[in-house]
Amino acid sequence: MTLPPTPSQTIGPYFGLALPFTGGGDIAPPWHPDAITVHGCVYDGAGDPVKDALLEFWQPAPDGSRAGAPGSLRRDPVTGEVIGRNHLKFTGFGRVPVDEDGHYLLRTLPPGGVPYISVCVFARGLLRQLYTRVYLPDRTDPEADPLLSSLPPERRATLLAIPERERVFRFDIRLQGDGTHEETVFLAFE
Amino acid sequence: MLPTQEAINEEIAEIHRTYAKSVAEGAPRRDHPLLDFPPYRGSVLRHPKQRLVVPRDPEAVELTGPVFGETDVTELDSDLTRQHPGEPIGERIIVTGRIVDRNGRPVRGQLVEIWQANAAGRYAHQWEQHPAPLDPNFTGYGRCLTDDDGRYTFITIKPGPYPWRNNTNAWRPAHIHFSIFGTAFTQRLVTQMYFPGDPLLPFDPIYQSIPDEDARRRLIATYDHDLSRPEWALGFRWDIVLDGPDATYMEEGR
Repeated sequence: MTLPPTPSQTIGPYFGLALPFTGGGDIAPPWHPDAITVHGCVYDGAGDPVKDALLEFWQPAPDGSRAGAPGSLRRDPVTGEVIGRNHLKFTGFGRVPVDEDGHYLLRTLPPGGVPYISVCVFARGLLRQLYTRVYLPDRTDPEADPLLSSLPPERRATLLAIPERERVFRFDIRLQGDGTHEETVFLAFE
Repeated sequence: MLPTQEAINEEIAEIHRTYAKSVAEGAPRRDHPLLDFPPYRGSVLRHPKQRLVVPRDPEAVELTGPVFGETDVTELDSDLTRQHPGEPIGERIIVTGRIVDRNGRPVRGQLVEIWQANAAGRYAHQWEQHPAPLDPNFTGYGRCLTDDDGRYTFITIKPGPYPWRNNTNAWRPAHIHFSIFGTAFTQRLVTQMYFPGDPLLPFDPIYQSIPDEDARRRLIATYDHDLSRPEWALGFRWDIVLDGPDATYMEEGR
């Protein structure tokens, strides 16, 4: 590596006028028989919901392909509006702004080859994005996973989604420990 | 009670002094902001206190990333002055540059998104209510795909500075927000482009959250007279280098 990188800056509070798009959280359509729902809240170090965070998700297709596909923001050529994925090809990319309660919801298909979905977190007050992973508990062997097996149990637990009911998982993100709840494990890539 | 600008300036100067001292003593330079940067009050409860974990995993999914194509953008997206029936008020500008990775390889066919305030310094967002006019002919967001050379180009109007409540009499320097995808999810970049000669830069805790002066300057665009078009628009050039490994980088085993 030779060139010095361009520094990051916070996404600020006003990304909502540009980045979210219709169906951003529907990597898979709700009617798909294999669709799973992952949802939760983003919290700050006081335990309060963060209402201006943006989450992005990236994952392999169910067949394990990591090539992705264009069309997450497929557009209507007449109006320019986003009309959403055609769901024939699996784009693997989702983008969801949290609501006023700090809550997000993602619908997708389980990834092939790995037990996790990658998450990139942006928020006002956060000067560079944070990475974490949603591990799906029914597909995860914590002892066999290179990341999970390297973590102590209380840290590991922050990466494991909690099954709520059939095909619905809860995954909260804590940007900072609040004294009661464990801070989410965030990742660095070097 | 909000701190004064003077108090914020002192906090910034102290952090910069500490950084300069550590570099002088042999610590590595830092390219990115400090996540914990108290002069930017919004960062205090929103940064992790635990160490980031490096997954030692050459098969990590994050070494690949999402792709976009012609279906994800329309031709009008990159011209923010043509999204409404009339023309926006303000100084028309052209903003262009190349996006490369740290090895200098162009990032081709990837999505670049921008958003900004209007010429009066007002965002078209309902949380933003300071007394500056909205412009019915300006929303302030744009998208494009980079070309084969990694180049992006937007036509927009120069955003105004705007007040915020970090401290008393706090004003953000004029800036354009950028969101950029590389070839890997690890290379994702959200940042802000600033304008040369802006007198507000020294006072801004977000800009100053990057403790390294050379790194900070990389966020300032260059006025390029050859880019300006006579009787139409002023040209600014801003090249971007994405940080972070990708799958090819890992394969080469460096």
